[in-house]
Amino acid sequence: MISSYLDDGLTIRSWLTTTDHKRIAILYAIAITAFFFVGGAAATIIRLELATPQGDLVSHDAYNKLFTAHGVIMVWLFLIPSIPSVLGNFLLPLMIGAKDLAFPRLNLASWYLYVAGGLVTLEALFLGGVDTGWTFYTPYSTMFSNTYVVLTLTGVFITGFSSILTGLNFIVTIHTLRAKAMGWFKLPLFAWGMYATSLILMLATPVLAITVLLVIAERLFQIGIFDPAFGGDPLLFQHLFWFYSHPAVYVMILPAMGVVSEIIPCFARRPIFGYRSMAYAIMTIASVGFLVWGHHMFVSGQSLTASMVFSLLSFIVAIPSAIKVFNWTATLYKGSIRFDAPMLYALGFVGLFTIGGLTGLFLASLALDVHLTDTYFVVAHFHYIMVGGAVMAYFAGLHFWWPKVTGRLYPEVWSRIAAVIVFIGFNLTFFPQFLLGIEGMPRRYHSYPPQFQVLNLFSSAGAGVLAIGYLMPLVYLAWSIRHGARAGDNPWAAKGLEWQTRSPPPTDNFDTPPTVPDTVYDYAADEPDPTPEAAR
Amino acid sequence: MSAIATVPEPRDEPDIGKLGMWTFLASEVLFFGGLFLAYLYGRTHWPQGWATASRRTDVVLGTLNTAVLLTSSAVVALAVACEEDAKRRRWTSRLLALTATLGVVFLVIKGVEWHADWHEHLFPGAKFALDVPGAQEFFALYFVMTGLHAVHMIVGIAVLVVLARGRDWARAGHLEIAALYWHFVDLVWIFFYPLLYLVERHG
Repeated sequence: MISSYLDDGLTIRSWLTTTDHKRIAILYAIAITAFFFVGGAAATIIRLELATPQGDLVSHDAYNKLFTAHGVIMVWLFLIPSIPSVLGNFLLPLMIGAKDLAFPRLNLASWYLYVAGGLVTLEALFLGGVDTGWTFYTPYSTMFSNTYVVLTLTGVFITGFSSILTGLNFIVTIHTLRAKAMGWFKLPLFAWGMYATSLILMLATPVLAITVLLVIAERLFQIGIFDPAFGGDPLLFQHLFWFYSHPAVYVMILPAMGVVSEIIPCFARRPIFGYRSMAYAIMTIASVGFLVWGHHMFVSGQSLTASMVFSLLSFIVAIPSAIKVFNWTATLYKGSIRFDAPMLYALGFVGLFTIGGLTGLFLASLALDVHLTDTYFVVAHFHYIMVGGAVMAYFAGLHFWWPKVTGRLYPEVWSRIAAVIVFIGFNLTFFPQFLLGIEGMPRRYHSYPPQFQVLNLFSSAGAGVLAIGYLMPLVYLAWSIRHGARAGDNPWAAKGLEWQTRSPPPTDNFDTPPTVPDTVYDYAADEPDPTPEAAR
Repeated sequence: MSAIATVPEPRDEPDIGKLGMWTFLASEVLFFGGLFLAYLYGRTHWPQGWATASRRTDVVLGTLNTAVLLTSSAVVALAVACEEDAKRRRWTSRLLALTATLGVVFLVIKGVEWHADWHEHLFPGAKFALDVPGAQEFFALYFVMTGLHAVHMIVGIAVLVVLARGRDWARAGHLEIAALYWHFVDLVWIFFYPLLYLVERHG
């Protein structure tokens, strides 16, 4: 008898031809984990180089290629697909009581496109790499760089199709496949996060696609679109690029907010505070996020009026973001809080996201941004959002739903230690970079004046700690697949529909149709602690 | 406390497919949107060069192609209507084939036009014919826009040919979805036509 989706076909072929959203999620998990460690290796060499002021470990050319590889891989091959394609794929149908996504075959095709795009990008890196930075600014990328720009961009272009089709699949699924009693305001906030993210994937990624095509066309045929020497305009590239790439940040952070909104109520045993405002805040961030791209271009020479409008709109994004932070905090108030590993990651997220968000306001201020543009302050800021925010939440979600995905519990002590190590390592790595940026150290150089060395050493040491923190889950999660204790259907006594089915779920997700509760996040503080001893 | 048990009931498949196509088309609007932005940028920054370049496009062939494409859209709409009516269903395949043929006619005319453009040195590069700032950019965009539109046409023609040959697929509701796509590609051209062939033609 087939007991779960994991037993439904044991051959490699059955995995590579599966249309089961749960199996595709696992295919994604394997692929993005591989890319995560490739991108992480690049970051490790970067931090090793920056341990000393001289450029002594790698040449400046190699350094340029390393930070480009790190950016390209982490943004397009890890962060963008991380929570949506892995956790979203696995959980969305379960959370809304569906058997699968709306287009299961398209879902599998998305994975193949993602892998194809990833391999093309990797090939470019192995052939010799790219030195433009992940932003591919013109005319350097179109006319001057003698590296594998076209091949890398082709990889990005192909991966983009995977994003678009995943977003399409999620949107149609949420619209059409919800269980009957599951109204829009009974959707878990994770599903809201997926919906908002999918909208961005659908509407922003095509703009990246056309931008990439125009760069490729200019580079191959020497036609003037972005290069002023041929009658083009480099600012046009920046507008098009950031029209995608700013909303892309919200592709990373909105799903992360969704994950955290699932975990905090569960481990505080309290309903989420202000559910509707949380849903509206997600949608507001997604919409206003489309109108702030110009804050990447304050020193580009765009008009002051435009800069002022973009600055104001960027400040407005802080409002829904703050609503979310305050609501998470209010959810914790008077809760009976337990510090399990997912909760440690989730609380880490709230703190780090707050720092990342507030420093974003520094950068949205016109006068201050002139000083901080292209310094390590910017690097620190976006790593607080992308790593402190998105990656922390990915690990939080991975631990939270691991029992559902595998049917096994991970070792609790080790996981808590890893969560603390990641938090410490992260802050040690990136907080010094705020200080370096304020002191004026520019980003993207492989050597620097000696007075910056102490802070850089802290940062490099932190990167080492962070690396340990990331390697530990790889080991103990892999170990738990075979040796972890059986999890049971609902080890956290959590309330989502996904916890009503077996762990791991059957191929069709539910043996009996799930029950949609009257209110979402129906946690009560007075219920007894339900965690089995095995989870301790 | 907990409400009624519910069976998750997916709606009819054609509905799901149609919503999927509409969502995809929203994405396509943004894809072509980038080109329209580039067009706006060029047109306002080099009015002189763009006016000069605009007059070199072939308005006769452009207009003819617009007519061909509009006709094809009407034909595919007829095919959808015939499919819904059991008495007229035998016409569906033929009308789809006619739509695909009109699509090919469009591409042939477009090819003739590109051929002429190439020989008049209107393809951007060292030998470019017009010595006005911005004129090259117009033609760079002209080739990218019409080229990407042609790629979309080829995809559409392939889909129509498959549907024209296999009736089972068409019955499963794919026909209307394909027609949506075809109308969209047509609509993109309706915007391209005035922008590339008509604006600044006078004087």
